[in-house]
Amino acid sequence: MKFGVVVFPGSNCDYDTLHTVRDVFEQDAEFLWHKDHDLRGADCIILPGGFSYGDYLRSGAIASFSPLMQEVREFALSGGLVLGICNGFQVLLELGLLPGAMLRNTNLKFLCQHVHLRVENAQTPFTRAGKEGQVLRIPIAHFDGNYFTDDAGQLEIERNRQTVLRYCDAQGRLSEESNVNGSRDHIAGLINTQGNVMGMMPHPERASESLLGSEDGRVIFRSIIEHIKETG
Amino acid sequence: MKIRVLISFKDSVLDPQGQTVKNALHTLGYDYIRDVRQGKVFELEMDGISGEQLEQVIPEIADKVLANPIIEKFDWQIIE
Repeated sequence: MKFGVVVFPGSNCDYDTLHTVRDVFEQDAEFLWHKDHDLRGADCIILPGGFSYGDYLRSGAIASFSPLMQEVREFALSGGLVLGICNGFQVLLELGLLPGAMLRNTNLKFLCQHVHLRVENAQTPFTRAGKEGQVLRIPIAHFDGNYFTDDAGQLEIERNRQTVLRYCDAQGRLSEESNVNGSRDHIAGLINTQGNVMGMMPHPERASESLLGSEDGRVIFRSIIEHIKETG
Repeated sequence: MKIRVLISFKDSVLDPQGQTVKNALHTLGYDYIRDVRQGKVFELEMDGISGEQLEQVIPEIADKVLANPIIEKFDWQIIE
């Protein structure tokens, strides 16, 4: 199987992500330049973290107008797997492939730290190697990660079980302090209703080798690989 | 022609930056300030467009690009 990692001007987790899928998981992977019009046969597209276009206008906004994003949109709408990590999540929101928007963290601080995440739905292509209720320890690094949706949007999300990961404490409890950026309903990871597009603020590529302090992020990549192997 | 587009958070969206500015103003003694909302301003210079087209194009640009309609609203005026 093959991963495509999209590179925007200002992406800074593109190499980490490529390294993880290629060297840690030994899968085919290549960079896809945002100005191209070709997904090069990738089975899964990853929009990596960073500060695409310097976060000008709004985080992820300008990247969502990139030429390649039209292909990514069509790929997603036809059922292709798309994972947005951090800035990639923000791009997916701006593209309208996921509902809601990101606001500045409520404490107005750039947060760069390990957080705990509770797996809320382990029946997605991105979490199937995990267990529901499992607590993952994965780092975050963002300024705009305070997930927002209105009441009607929140109801939709709950009804469709779209919340995949929630900020929690080490025991998996949803304490107020554990919701570090103030996200609505502790949302850290969200999937679309079709179940093929996921966005998450934490960085699984920074938590896939023991050298980096945690291997909990492997669940995400393992899930994708399992899913594609099974569904072809 | 110059158009000014004003983007601000919807009333239902908490604006922590505005809150922080308000707190700073209170610290300086401006107690009569009840609320502060922070926003963005865009000035668009335009040529060859009629007033009628403007009515259609500006909201379109604002919704598609300048604002995120999920969290923001906009207002606009002709300034030159």
